[in-house]
Amino acid sequence: MDSNGPIVRLTDITRVYGKGEAELRALDGVSFDIHRGEFVSIMGPSGSGKSTTMNVLGCLDSPTSGQYLFNGVEVAGLDRDQRALLRRHYLGFIFQGYNLLPRTTALQNVELPLIYKGMGRDEREARALAALDKVGLAARAHHDPSALSGGQQQRVAIARALVGDPEVILADEPTGNLDTKRSVEIMELMVELNRAEGITIVMVTHEDDMAAFGSRLIWMVDGKVESDKAIERAA
Amino acid sequence: MLWETIKLAVQSILRNPMRSFLTILGVVIGVAAVIAMVTVGNGSSAQVTTDVESLGANLLTLRPGQDRMGPGSDQGGAARPFDLDDIDRILDQIGAISVAVPTGSQTIVAVFEGENYQTTVTGTQNGYFEAKDWALSAGRLFSSSEESGKTACIIGQTVREELMGSADPIGRKIRIDNLNCTVVGLLEAKGANTFGQDQDDTVIMPFKTFARRIAGSTDVSSITLSVRDGYSTDRAIDDLTNLMREIRRIQPGDDDDFSIRDTEQLANMLGSVTSVLTGLLSAVAAVSLLVGGIGIMNIMLVSVTERTREIGIRMAVGAQASQVLLQFLVEAIVLSALGGVIGIALGLAMGAIGSSMLNVPFIPDPGTIALAFGFSAVVGIVFGYFPARAAARLDPIEALRH
Ligand SMILES: Nc1ncnc2c1ncn2[C@@H]1O[C@H](COP(=O)(O)OP(=O)(O)OP(=O)(O)O)[C@@H](O)[C@H]1O
Ligand SMILES: [Mg+2]
Repeated sequence: MDSNGPIVRLTDITRVYGKGEAELRALDGVSFDIHRGEFVSIMGPSGSGKSTTMNVLGCLDSPTSGQYLFNGVEVAGLDRDQRALLRRHYLGFIFQGYNLLPRTTALQNVELPLIYKGMGRDEREARALAALDKVGLAARAHHDPSALSGGQQQRVAIARALVGDPEVILADEPTGNLDTKRSVEIMELMVELNRAEGITIVMVTHEDDMAAFGSRLIWMVDGKVESDKAIERAA
Repeated sequence: MLWETIKLAVQSILRNPMRSFLTILGVVIGVAAVIAMVTVGNGSSAQVTTDVESLGANLLTLRPGQDRMGPGSDQGGAARPFDLDDIDRILDQIGAISVAVPTGSQTIVAVFEGENYQTTVTGTQNGYFEAKDWALSAGRLFSSSEESGKTACIIGQTVREELMGSADPIGRKIRIDNLNCTVVGLLEAKGANTFGQDQDDTVIMPFKTFARRIAGSTDVSSITLSVRDGYSTDRAIDDLTNLMREIRRIQPGDDDDFSIRDTEQLANMLGSVTSVLTGLLSAVAAVSLLVGGIGIMNIMLVSVTERTREIGIRMAVGAQASQVLLQFLVEAIVLSALGGVIGIALGLAMGAIGSSMLNVPFIPDPGTIALAFGFSAVVGIVFGYFPARAAARLDPIEALRH
């Protein structure tokens, strides 16, 4: 792998749903690079293809055409199991809807990625607890998601995303369901991960205030990148 | 990793107690029903077999008239009875017959010191006990002077009990009709026969005494025969048929005017009745197995949506499809096995209770147990595994959208 090049390179990516009359080009020639350590915010009107972009980046969905290089590796050339390994070792996800396992404690939810990394039970628990501590939820480790507030659930999801030491965290509207105060807390956490641990972050948001936490803003319209520019961070 | 997977599966089972319980319940009901039914069915057939054997092995009964159902069956009443000479010729000419004794019965009230009891009085000879494989528990068989016409009787346990309780009956006189008759022997208890008739409810007299003093004729209304060990019953029946046709001068082409029944035939007939019954029980059981299976299927399918999401989440955090599937497979196996074991235990318990209530032996059938268990396990596994497989084939994002 080429650790000097961009960690992500999208070249002319399309994602087409349906066929013929009903054809819908959710992504229509998207190209951009993301470098290690960046904090990229993606914005755009509803239906402009932001989530589709994230799913392609996360290898959760396959583009219809175009080239996706992750760390210099052609993702289209990987089979399902290899893409699972890529997610396991390099990526962390934060979804708008949290996507925690129901009836499973916060701790067990956070442990999940480590199970598939083949980590032993004790180390797994210690790491998961440390991750929960980082998001300020160590005290809630043994609660079910249903016993947690939305902000707390999202923080569990963040703990799950960061517990496996990913290179990139992909966050699709992580604050979409939260009030401003909780949102700012989550964003501060993300900035912290980005700065202190060097994790590359790609985040979709609808709110200018949240996007402003990033170092770069990609604006999408109709499945295309309309603008892509650096954000002046308030030091 | 396998151990880890088993732990994951167990965690998942405990996490969804309702779903797990209902799945197990489906297996339990199916397995338990089949095992209970088949166990009771087996016990019943075994009971019938012992009952028939208690009638006496290789026992033949020769009666006048056709033993036919339907129109013309009443001709039996008109057919000529046998006589004692017929018996001599049978013993003389058919080597396969070891015992041939005349029998005649009437229902009569027996009286003893003011106790009245209505019973079946049978006139026959000592060979009857041999043919029926029936031993005495006290006293002796008829002496030769008794066999040639003196009064004496051997009684069954029920008659003894009804007339004199537990007192020793030997030497006591009971009155039968207007006959004062000394009890010389007491039969061993034989219990009820296959038709529920109490075989111990009987008084037996020498044939000649019975013929002269009770029936009023030496006509023989039926002959009880025993086939010698090691001889073919079918051959003996053929020989007997030919001899009787000759004795009774039946023209070739005419129907027999007598009939021969053997216990083997009876055993087969009853055996087929019980196997029909067992078949019926098994059909009912199979239906409950099916219902149990559908129950499992339902639970599994209902939870597919939730499980599909779960699979999406697991794949998003890096699980490979094979790992997720292994987990679901182990989960289904653990649930099915648990349900199967509980079902077997419950089925055997119900079978034991049912058998003891029906008074039949308790005979569990390993084949059925294996079959019922296998079926439920297959249902549990198929419906636990295949929806999971379908989900694991989706792109993770498709699974997450559920
Ligand atoms: N599974 C699908 N089948 C068909 N069309 C889809 C599917 N998923 C997304 N689309 C369409 O693709 C387009 C882009 O969707 P996408 O979810 O990427 O938008 P978005 O920018 O994330 O919007 P929002 O801000 O509302 O989340 C939309 O028009 C959407 O209707
Ligand atoms: Mg979206």
